[in-house]
Amino acid sequence: MDDRGESYVTGLALKGVSKRFGGTLVLDEVSLEVGADEFLVVLGPSGCGKSTLLRAIAGLESIDSGAIEIDGRRVDHLPPGKRGVAMVFQGYALYPHMSVRENIAFGLANIGVARQEIERRIAEVARMLEIEALLGRVPSELSGGQRQRVAIGRAIVKDPKVFMFDEPLSNLDAALRSRTRQEIANLHRRIKKTMVFVTHDQIEAMTLADRIVVMNQRRIEQIGTPGDIYSHPATLFVATFVGSPSMNILPVTRVPGGGALQRVRLGDGTEMNTRVPAGALPHDGTLRLGVRPEAVRLHPPADGRAAAVVEFVEFMGDKSFVYLSFGGEDRIVAAESASFAGRPGDSVGMEFDPAAAHLFDAEGRNHRRSS
Amino acid sequence: MIFVAPYLIVFTVLLVYPLISGMWLSLHKADLFGGSQFIGIENYLRLIRDEVFLQSVRNTCYFVLLTVPALTLIGLGLALALNNTSRRSAILRGLFFSSSVLSVTIVTLIWRMVLIPDGGLVANFLAAIGLPPIPFLSNARLALPAVAITTLWWCIGLPMMLFLAALQQVPAELYEAAALDNAGPWRTLFSITLPSIRRTAVVVAVIEIILQFQLFGQAQIMTLGGPDNASLPIVLFIYQIGFQRWDIGYAAAASEVLFCIILAAAMTQFFAARGRRKT
Repeated sequence: MDDRGESYVTGLALKGVSKRFGGTLVLDEVSLEVGADEFLVVLGPSGCGKSTLLRAIAGLESIDSGAIEIDGRRVDHLPPGKRGVAMVFQGYALYPHMSVRENIAFGLANIGVARQEIERRIAEVARMLEIEALLGRVPSELSGGQRQRVAIGRAIVKDPKVFMFDEPLSNLDAALRSRTRQEIANLHRRIKKTMVFVTHDQIEAMTLADRIVVMNQRRIEQIGTPGDIYSHPATLFVATFVGSPSMNILPVTRVPGGGALQRVRLGDGTEMNTRVPAGALPHDGTLRLGVRPEAVRLHPPADGRAAAVVEFVEFMGDKSFVYLSFGGEDRIVAAESASFAGRPGDSVGMEFDPAAAHLFDAEGRNHRRSS
Repeated sequence: MIFVAPYLIVFTVLLVYPLISGMWLSLHKADLFGGSQFIGIENYLRLIRDEVFLQSVRNTCYFVLLTVPALTLIGLGLALALNNTSRRSAILRGLFFSSSVLSVTIVTLIWRMVLIPDGGLVANFLAAIGLPPIPFLSNARLALPAVAITTLWWCIGLPMMLFLAALQQVPAELYEAAALDNAGPWRTLFSITLPSIRRTAVVVAVIEIILQFQLFGQAQIMTLGGPDNASLPIVLFIYQIGFQRWDIGYAAAASEVLFCIILAAAMTQFFAARGRRKT
């Protein structure tokens, strides 16, 4: 979490923020710092509290305890318009009866920006987003992608300290989503402001983020770079939520006396080495082994190897995902080359890359060697 | 076709047929006992010369001017004030709508008790501050406004509910975007809320124009059109001609005139609103 360098300047800080709706806790002591030019993605399943977090920063929801600071100034008592934030909504929330020009100008006119200055800034934003030709239209005359641009333009024109995006790509089709993703990444490179982007889509999170915050059940599970989150998931939740297909999780038992590194036994009795120091693990309680599909290797069946049976093969073009049954109850996915020739019913031998194996304790904490 | 057939039959039998037969009837000298003689547009020529009828047209237009803008604006105001989830607003919404379920007889009885000079509510208030009672219903200038106030009280529920329904259709995200855009309460009202419910305002105005041109029960019970026809509306005129003087051909002609007036007024309002939307 502290790979942020010396030039790091905090743009947005949350300190122990909690929020309840009636008796239901929706944010539980959330603390977070975002750099002044950082692109932070908040990733989590529906109902994890990520949208509430965003709305609390924007001032659209009050908070019950804790503090929110933007540029070192406490803002949680200020109304939304005074916080220096701009938001791109999931449904864009363009004013339907106003033209694109009026939509973009609305926020500036409300704070008394001079007419000429408004015109100058609209022209600049329109050029940047290539929406000059749309300025006279109303939102109902725009396509989904065009509305998206106008919504972004409405945010940029206010020159806020913090940009917020609430699942802004979820209403676009796949091709447009990928293009818009790149445009948002470009935009961030150009304007270098704090951006907080909420999504449940891990591809958006991986491709856009400087750092990802993974949330689950009202709390932050892990904060880290996309590479960190993928390769060093801190918890079982992060391990299974990020990655597609998700990480294989198998119950294992300790093999005592294996030396400094923990040796484990799989459900079918096969043993394997890990790179997790035995001393770092709790002495009792269940252990679960986590292996990403690409760390599973398939071979012809042989003694000493775990034996699995191919259930079906998903051909992806550049590779194949092989779904296997193993030791009776366990299911495993392996990422194999596209030329994998196995067929459903075939027996195969299976090996896990020890360097890429994670061990999770009973609480779901990861004890994989951290380097 | 089979699904719209029942509606089509009812529509034809109860609306289209009476409309056409009414037009046909208005071209006859006819009474309720069967005698009928074709006289062309004679009934309409009579209407133009009939001072009582012209008076009733003026009365009705005045009444519509008194009630329709007020119903629309007050309905909108109430809806804006009560468009929230608090228990108090829920109770008040119920109260304001409750008068709409009363029959015209009850409503007018209540308002007679409020307005009569002899021991009425208003008269008692005036007496308490040392003023003489005002004879609302027997004063030629006050009778129609008194009927209008009664009508406002009776009819405010529908416009309020229509506006409430429209307000709840405005996406919450728009208000949130406006809050982030630094829009204050008035700016939000005029730039977000009102433009979003403009269609409903047109619908409310058109519905109320159609309803209030048909003023009948309140005037019939409270003033009988008096004093000196000062509160006589067109429908009461039609009723008196048709069912008290049995001159139904003439009454039918007056009905056709009313039909045309309502159609013209509603169309004017509708197209005016549509024209504004385009600019």
